[in-house]
Amino acid sequence: MTAPPVVLAAPVARRIEHVMGMPISLALRGRHTDDGAADAAWAAVLASLRDADAVFSTYRADSVVSAIRRGELALANAPGEVHEVLEIAARAERATDGAFSVWRPELDPSGVVKGWAVERASVFLRGLSATDFCLSAGGDMVCRALAGEPWRVGIEDPHDPARLLAVVPVRDGAVATSGTAHRGAHVVDARTGAAPPAVAQVTVIATSLTRADVDATAAYALGARAAEWLGRRVGRAGLVVWADGTTTTVAAEPV
Amino acid sequence: MVNPVMPPSRVDRGTRRIVLCGLTTVSAVVLLFSYRTSTTAELPEAAGTSDTTDVGATDAAGAGQAYGTPPEASEAAAVPATGAPAGRARPAGAAYSGTVTGPVVQVKWGQVQVRATLRAGRITAVDVLRTPDENAHDRKVNAAAVPVLVRETLAAQSTRIDMVSGATFTSTGYVRSLQAALDRAGST
Repeated sequence: MTAPPVVLAAPVARRIEHVMGMPISLALRGRHTDDGAADAAWAAVLASLRDADAVFSTYRADSVVSAIRRGELALANAPGEVHEVLEIAARAERATDGAFSVWRPELDPSGVVKGWAVERASVFLRGLSATDFCLSAGGDMVCRALAGEPWRVGIEDPHDPARLLAVVPVRDGAVATSGTAHRGAHVVDARTGAAPPAVAQVTVIATSLTRADVDATAAYALGARAAEWLGRRVGRAGLVVWADGTTTTVAAEPV
Repeated sequence: MVNPVMPPSRVDRGTRRIVLCGLTTVSAVVLLFSYRTSTTAELPEAAGTSDTTDVGATDAAGAGQAYGTPPEASEAAAVPATGAPAGRARPAGAAYSGTVTGPVVQVKWGQVQVRATLRAGRITAVDVLRTPDENAHDRKVNAAAVPVLVRETLAAQSTRIDMVSGATFTSTGYVRSLQAALDRAGST
C-alpha cells in the first residue's frame, strides 16, 4: 500500500431515483463514480429496494404484508425476510417496553423495513473498489469513506427544513432521523396510539442503518424519555430535538 | 431451562458466524448463572415499568469453558452488568416472567452481553446486547461520529455538507429539501 496522493476536494457524483414514494439519493466519489460498475451497482441497489417494497409495502394490495393483514397468508408461511424484519421489530418492542411496535393494531413494519432494506441494498455498493459512497433513502443513510474525508451529514431542523442543526462526520456507519417534519405526525407511542408531544425529531448514528433506523423510531416513540433511552443503547450516538426547539446531543457510550 | 435458547439475534454481516457460535454457548452459560442467581438473590421491590434485572458477575472460569479454547478463554473475565435498574421481586423458580440481563463478559475479541426474556419460566427470546466485533467497530466508527451543533445563526448553505438527514421525507417533500439542492448540484 502506497500512501494515497493528496486529493483536493474529491468530486462527488450523484444519482437520484424515486422508489417506494421516497427519494433515493446516492453520492459516489473515488474510482467508480460514472462507469459501468457504478451503473450496475446502482441498478442492483434499486432492484433490491423495489423487491423490499413488493414484500413489505402497506400501500400495495399485492404485497406479502398486505396479504398477512387481510388474513390470507399465515405468518408462519411468510418468506424469511418477513421473519427477519419482525424479529428486529420484536427486539425494539422489548427494548422500549412496548412503546415501539409494528402491531398497532395491524401489522405495519414500516418503522423497521426502510433501514433494513437500505442496509441490505448497500451491499452492492460495498463491492465498488476504492469508492466512497453514501446512500440515502428519504433522509436515512448508509455511508462509507474508505480513504478520503468522512462524509459530512447535515441534520435538518424539524422546525425549518431549510436549515441545519448539526453536522456529523461519518466514515463507516449510518444515520437515521425520525420525526414529524415533511409528513405530519406518523410515529406514535404504540401503548397510547398518540404521537409523543415532547419530542420533535430524533437522529441516531450507528454502525448499521438497520439499527439506526429502528432506534430513531423507537426513541421518538418514547417521547420525553428519548435521549435518556438512547444514551443507554450501546454504540449509538444521536441528536434529540425537543418540541420547544432545544436539543440534546447523545454521545456513544464509551466501550 | 436452557434448551429453548434461540440463536442470537441476526447479525448484519455473515462474517460473524464463528463468533456467534461461541455466543450461543456463552448465552447458555450466562443464563445458567443468571437462573441460579435469580432464585437466591433478594431483590428490592421497585416501582417503574422496567422489569429488567441485573445479574451479578458470573464466574470467569465458567465463561472460559464455554468457549472451549482454554488458552485464550481462560483469560476471560466477567465485569458487572451495567445499566438496568433492579426490577420487581420475583417468585423463585419456574414461573418467572420478565427479562434477565446477563453480565458483560470479557472474551478475547471484546465484550459479550445477552438478555433473556422469560414467560412463565420459559425463555421466549434472547437478545445479544453486545458482540465483540461490534464493539471494536463502534470504537472506530464513533470516535468522530457525534453530531456537532452548528451555530443557530449559521445559514445551512455556508456549511459544507454531503448529505442531509431529515425525518422521512417523501418524494413530494424532497423537492423543497436541502438534499434535493445537493443532488442537483452534483448531477451537473
